[in-house]
Amino acid sequence: MAGLWELFTDFTVRNAVMGAVLLGILSGVLGTFAVLREQSLLGDALSHAALPGICIGFLIAGGRQLLPLMLGALAAGAVAALLVLLLTQHSRLKPDASVGAVLSTFFAVGTVLLTYIQNRQLPGQAGLDSFLFGQAAAILPSDLWVMAAVTAVGLGLVALFWKEFKLVTFDPGFARSLGWRVPVLEALLTSMIALAVVVGLQMVGVVLMVAMIIAPAAAARQWARRLETMVALAAVFGAISGTAGTLVSLLRPGLATGPLIVLAATGVVLVSLLAAPQRGLLWQRVQQRRTRAAIARGQVLVDLLQLARAHGDEGFATEQGMLDAVYGADAHPALRQLEREGLVKPLPPQHGKGTQWHLTPKGQAEARRLLDEGEE
Amino acid sequence: MLAAFLDNVDLIIITIGALVGVAASLLGTFLVLRGSSLYSDAISHSILLGIVLVYLISGEVNSPYQVVGAALAGVATVYLSELLGATRRVKQDAATGLVFPALFALAVLLLNLYARDVHLDEHAVLLGELAFAWLDVVPLGPYEVPRSLLTMGIIALINALFVTLFYKELKLAVFDEGLAHALGLKPRLLFYVLLFLTSVTAVGAFDAVGAILFIAFVIVPPAAAYLLTDRLWLVLLGGAALAVVASVAGFHAAMWLDVSIGGMMATVCGGLLLLAFLLGPRYGVIARLLRFQRQRTQAHVLMLLVHLYNHEHEAAAEEESGPPALQQHLRWSARRSRAVIALAQQRGLVTLSADGRRLHLTGRGRETAQRMLDPWERG
Repeated sequence: MAGLWELFTDFTVRNAVMGAVLLGILSGVLGTFAVLREQSLLGDALSHAALPGICIGFLIAGGRQLLPLMLGALAAGAVAALLVLLLTQHSRLKPDASVGAVLSTFFAVGTVLLTYIQNRQLPGQAGLDSFLFGQAAAILPSDLWVMAAVTAVGLGLVALFWKEFKLVTFDPGFARSLGWRVPVLEALLTSMIALAVVVGLQMVGVVLMVAMIIAPAAAARQWARRLETMVALAAVFGAISGTAGTLVSLLRPGLATGPLIVLAATGVVLVSLLAAPQRGLLWQRVQQRRTRAAIARGQVLVDLLQLARAHGDEGFATEQGMLDAVYGADAHPALRQLEREGLVKPLPPQHGKGTQWHLTPKGQAEARRLLDEGEE
Repeated sequence: MLAAFLDNVDLIIITIGALVGVAASLLGTFLVLRGSSLYSDAISHSILLGIVLVYLISGEVNSPYQVVGAALAGVATVYLSELLGATRRVKQDAATGLVFPALFALAVLLLNLYARDVHLDEHAVLLGELAFAWLDVVPLGPYEVPRSLLTMGIIALINALFVTLFYKELKLAVFDEGLAHALGLKPRLLFYVLLFLTSVTAVGAFDAVGAILFIAFVIVPPAAAYLLTDRLWLVLLGGAALAVVASVAGFHAAMWLDVSIGGMMATVCGGLLLLAFLLGPRYGVIARLLRFQRQRTQAHVLMLLVHLYNHEHEAAAEEESGPPALQQHLRWSARRSRAVIALAQQRGLVTLSADGRRLHLTGRGRETAQRMLDPWERG
């Protein structure tokens, strides 16, 4: 009996994790383009727009099979993307208002349809609202095949139009001058976000899907300087957060999967923002401190030389109080550093005077070099 | 009279919807014009975190602390988003899209873990249930007043007061933030007050219409009104009026179809925006298409005059000046040349000979053609 139970859980876990990996990869890859093209919040509109699509798919198919629901969501997403485009280009509304209007109206229509279905007690409608927040445990093997097919289509399109998508993302003006059909490519790239949304329906749900589009890409951006790297990293981050969130949600019955996946992805973003080389905020703080120390070191060294020259002797010892007066607290660590490098030497404190520092011959040479460099 | 009103459930529901709509669209006008309307999306999600946290700490669902806590959570979302955007590690839109789902996810998780039994479930938060809003009443003098009605009435009043008192400042802050700042009007502070009130409105509204439908009321009516007029005060009034229309129509449609009332109200809002987009008198798609057509015909009339003028004294004048020549030489369709000739005749610029084969310039037509060819009359 225990073995049977274990098999069952294993089975559920395997399905859910595979679903999460598929979702993470696709949303990471497509999200990269959305984030780079500053269309992050359009993803929010497309994911909310999936709700009426799901309901219409359900009403047409008369049941809860995944394929019709997905097709409905896909169609609704495409219509929503088109409407946002139309409103933005042919009215005086700013993009944010177009996105917000389409998002809320589509979701409202979705709510209306959802209550329509619920109030009629249509067969098989139970759990239709689990698409709001996702329920990974409900994924069936047949669903996985559909999700895998959609992922393959999405990744295939990206691979096929890699060069085109890249140029349209970074320099649409140049792409237009090459005679490419930029609006078509842009519309394709935008509506492909709906593919990621469709795969995420069961895992994350429509409400939080926007985070899966933005977060892996935003995290990957911190580590990558090339589109290739960014896409690959985003896919990895997406898969990792998807898996982590799913596993935690299966620990306890009744935990919605979506929020946990989103929190995992947010964690990845936070780590990336802080620690990524070059762009990470902590990394940069350390870098700044190093640069400041290097500058202070050079300044102290050169000043020691010039003070000494003013006394006609490059080995002349300057009192530390003098340097402290100029540099404040910065002089001390700089002097210690220089002493470690063997460029300066302290004279023992004499009666009535503080520590005095003089340049070693090596220090004089280094200071002269810096001075010459500065004058060039 | 008040007692009769309070007994009329339908009217109460419509009034609550209308109050949410008016309160939201008054503030939404400025958010839409400023290009910050998606902050309402962020706010309406993350107030849930404030509500849940206050609930977990105080154990109360309907305390005033809750309103303040939730409203602060809403403002904090925007502040965090702008802070994240200011690090320039991610673009501003992505920053917003990172912060509010995270806060919302946290709230849903906390609900899942600790508050499964309260009425605060996440579906109600998203969708609201206007149909039951009249069940929850509070005593007010001799009457029992639905809580949502009272809250939304007060909030709508506060918003209307805010917009009226700070009309000038808000207007300047939206259209020229730099100037507002230079005049010492503190546009940033004003913006955050606006966001705070938006959060308060969202908290008040979320029981009734839910988070997402609240966004519809913030963005859609002002957006529709903005497509209809150029005057700020008309956008404000028009947005509020459209919200009221949407509430009334949405309620009846929802009753008829037996579906979510709030959802239907927001759907009607969207429908109104679509109508404004298509049929608006000046910026509507159809109006602009017609204007484009008219201007094209007007330009073609000028082209016709110049064509006739150029060939007036040539040997081929006879051949060049007939309607068939227009189709062949100017490559106009038969319909197009008929429309152009009709307009030119109507304006008294050309006359058509009795047999319909030759066009003649009138004096005014000739003058117009000359002015076209030599606008500065240098001869």
